[in-house]
Amino acid sequence: MLSCAARLVRAQIQSKPTACWVVAARGYADIVDEATFTTSEYALHKLDEGPSQTVTVTRDDALKYYRQMQTIRRMETAAGNLYKSKVIRGFCHLYSGQEACAVGMEAALTPNDHVITAYRAHGWTYTRGVPPVNILAELTGRKSGVAKGKGGSMHMYGHNFYGGNGIVGAQVPLGAGIALALKYKGSNDVCVALYGDGAANQGQVFETYNIAKLWDLPCIFVCENNGYGMGTAVERASASTEYYTRGDYVPGLRADGMDVLAVREATRFAAEWCRSGKGPMILEVATYRYSGHSMSDPGTSYRPREEIQEMRKTRDPITGLRERLISVNLATAEEMKQIDLDVRAEIDKAVEQAKADPELPVEEMYNDIFVDEPPFKVRGTNPFMYGMSK
Amino acid sequence: MAALQTLARRCSTSILKRHFSVSSPVAAQMTVRDALNTAMNEEMKRDESVFLLGEEVAEYDGAYKVSRGLWRKYGDKRVMDTPITEMGFAGIAVGSAMAGLKPICEFMTFNFSMQAIDQVINSAAKTYYMSAGKQTVPIVFRGPNGAAAGVAAQHSQCFAAWYGHCPGLKVVSPYSSEDAKGLLKSAIRDPNPVVCMENELMYGTAFEMSDEAMSEEFLVPIGKAKIEREGTHCTLVSHSKSVGLCLEAAQILEKENIFCEVINLRTIRPMDEETLINSVKKTNHLVTVEGGWPQFGVGAEIVAKVMESDAFDYLDAPVYRVTGADIPMPYAATLERATLPGTQDVVLTVKKSLHIQ
Repeated sequence: MLSCAARLVRAQIQSKPTACWVVAARGYADIVDEATFTTSEYALHKLDEGPSQTVTVTRDDALKYYRQMQTIRRMETAAGNLYKSKVIRGFCHLYSGQEACAVGMEAALTPNDHVITAYRAHGWTYTRGVPPVNILAELTGRKSGVAKGKGGSMHMYGHNFYGGNGIVGAQVPLGAGIALALKYKGSNDVCVALYGDGAANQGQVFETYNIAKLWDLPCIFVCENNGYGMGTAVERASASTEYYTRGDYVPGLRADGMDVLAVREATRFAAEWCRSGKGPMILEVATYRYSGHSMSDPGTSYRPREEIQEMRKTRDPITGLRERLISVNLATAEEMKQIDLDVRAEIDKAVEQAKADPELPVEEMYNDIFVDEPPFKVRGTNPFMYGMSK
Repeated sequence: MAALQTLARRCSTSILKRHFSVSSPVAAQMTVRDALNTAMNEEMKRDESVFLLGEEVAEYDGAYKVSRGLWRKYGDKRVMDTPITEMGFAGIAVGSAMAGLKPICEFMTFNFSMQAIDQVINSAAKTYYMSAGKQTVPIVFRGPNGAAAGVAAQHSQCFAAWYGHCPGLKVVSPYSSEDAKGLLKSAIRDPNPVVCMENELMYGTAFEMSDEAMSEEFLVPIGKAKIEREGTHCTLVSHSKSVGLCLEAAQILEKENIFCEVINLRTIRPMDEETLINSVKKTNHLVTVEGGWPQFGVGAEIVAKVMESDAFDYLDAPVYRVTGADIPMPYAATLERATLPGTQDVVLTVKKSLHIQ
């Protein structure tokens, strides 16, 4: 009774990632500095070889990834609660379950690389460097929000991070445009343009593949395939659900999006490809969202509850990493518990501030229409009301 | 001899053609096409981050030859031919602007911009606001707008009202060569998204250019209208090719001792209300003239603005609009002619406004 999408995620995981080697062990009960794991296989399209299934992670990095994923999870949970208590309004698309994608990719990129994504953007806004308090305050519409409350959930921007885009698929050509600018300037950096399984059928995505391949743009097209485009399972929307092949002449690969180390390795591979001037690559990450499409979708009318529970129990990215770390003594259960508590405290504090901070004064609504413009009159809601745009 | 002359012409790298007019020894003439070409050339020379992309802009020299010579001069990096994928390449252009370049995105005609309009409005126009000033989009969208000759309904729409509707966008509509050069240069230098609507039928029309207009630093400010001809009895306000229509009508009316003031809007958004209102206060009569459809058009907006301003008390007649007929553009020549406003429409409407005949 599980949907094909969940089956796909599970099918890709031929074997549960196992620990196979412990490096630099000092003693049986001692914490180690580094460990190596095996990921599941990557599916390849027009590639002779793919990323390595053998992945090594240092203790510091592993704990960093754990903390980042946990922060996203707690932040999204808090956002969900704020939405239910009507402090957040409008759209709110939660990333819970998909944390390994943002954290894993960010682990293989640098802050000099560029990222653009669609509306399920809170996790990415955080990994790109915006503190959770400014994300939550944007969601609650306060002036301490990353866009002063003027953008909301889908329009948060940061350093080399272009949102947060509300129109499905529009961010993909934008991402290739950013890559064009990087190439134009002679930079070695890449742009990562993310989209979902729903957006993958958009015409403009194919137009973008065409130009990116023609012009050898350093763009990694990432399809975050979570099995559902809103309420429509992938098989009902796509004649081909092999999203990593949809670029045809663009080489592609698919990785397990619930394994942060697999995502990191795949991204490393793709980034190296793009940086070497070989043109674009498609990276499909098979992932899953626990929540509905947005807060107005319970997420249970089109998929069985058992499927969601099964994913949480067996494929959760945070639990998966925790189990790995503990199993090879990269970290102890206690210190990970401490991270959990620290993150919870940080997010709780951020929530309080997001609830308490004021909104922008109304006069400021007229600002930010044009840049570098002397102040000008802007019409209000009646012929006798004008604001000044500064 | 003739062959040598032709050879000399072909070898010339100059884009300018200078003719000495009878009236002034230093006045130059330039077609609108050459003015646009010069604007792009000067701005690309001045700023490395300015580049041009669109269909046929490079190796074909531009569908209407507006970008002639630019690819030969600047190469593949700065002048890019795109596939016929408006939504894709407009989005790519916008993305490149977000990342710090200054793209000029050409639509072969603005009719095709409809395929990309989401990128113009949602990705370009609104982003500075949505990001509360964090993310700029210094892009120019340009191309021919409105009716051409015999190209029928899908290729003849005027988009001034559609783009003029949206906050966050600047929209300019040049008439003369001076307008074209100065406005396009201003648009390219403007760090905001600008839509520059040209007119195919005007590309070949030559206008006198002052010495100032010929200089590399010549800019026409966005948001300021130009009074092309002063008058006292009635104000005619227009944009693009229709400005020429108004000037013709004004000449006809002058013979009957009716003196019209002709205003060339130059910019649709932000519109120069002050010039309009001052003129209406002077003449007490206003007729708007445009090629686009009447409903929700540029003229309709002008009427609303005047109604709500203190110029209303100065009106001696309702504000009238002369527009394209409210139909999709027919192909047959007679029908097409009847669909677009002519001087007789303007003359008749001015006289109605003045309660003459």
